[in-house]
Amino acid sequence: MSSLQGYVDRERLMETLYVILSPVLYIDRVLVILQDGRVIVGTLAGYDQKSNVVLSDSKERVYSTDEPVEEIPLGLYLVKGDQIVLIGEIDSEKDASTDLSDVRAEPLPAIRY
Amino acid sequence: MLIFSVFKTLTDQTVIVELKNDLLITGVLKSVDQFLNIRLDNIQISDEVRHPHMIAVKNCFIRGSVVRYVQIPADAVDTQLLEDATRRGSRFCYKRCPKFPD
Repeated sequence: MSSLQGYVDRERLMETLYVILSPVLYIDRVLVILQDGRVIVGTLAGYDQKSNVVLSDSKERVYSTDEPVEEIPLGLYLVKGDQIVLIGEIDSEKDASTDLSDVRAEPLPAIRY
Repeated sequence: MLIFSVFKTLTDQTVIVELKNDLLITGVLKSVDQFLNIRLDNIQISDEVRHPHMIAVKNCFIRGSVVRYVQIPADAVDTQLLEDATRRGSRFCYKRCPKFPD
């Protein structure tokens, strides 16, 4: 039993390392736009046939016209596929070179059928 | 199914996708599936000053259910052929529905 526990701990350690390192190394960072206009940036941890996605270490980017972009940490997020508008792969260099505190923009409009 | 086939012939063409949140995205159509989910490469947002949200995004997956229009190059589709295929398709539907005899 003790040997099994060892695996669990190592797995957890790797997970922790991954969560710490992925924002620094920008591994598989994606940008997800939701139907209500929210923008979430995170690491794509998984997806399925119905385009449900799991984002680890995710942050919501809140845009506003008179304040700089605010990044709200959300952590591990499961987004239902039917709420998703778009999933984009982030060019990490370009993302790192844009200073979000300079960006001012209207929030994206919600989907209207 | 017909429209799915049409989109499959349009791969590697540059298209403009208009979404139901009024976002216009130009890009090279890379793939499409049965739900008309679309993958675009080399994307460009039409009004980047107003919508800088996706400035670092190079390629994307768009959910079919949020697409309003896809603008396609006129010479990329044979309109006559498409018309005929559509007509054949609708006749096929009528045949299977007893209320509307052929």
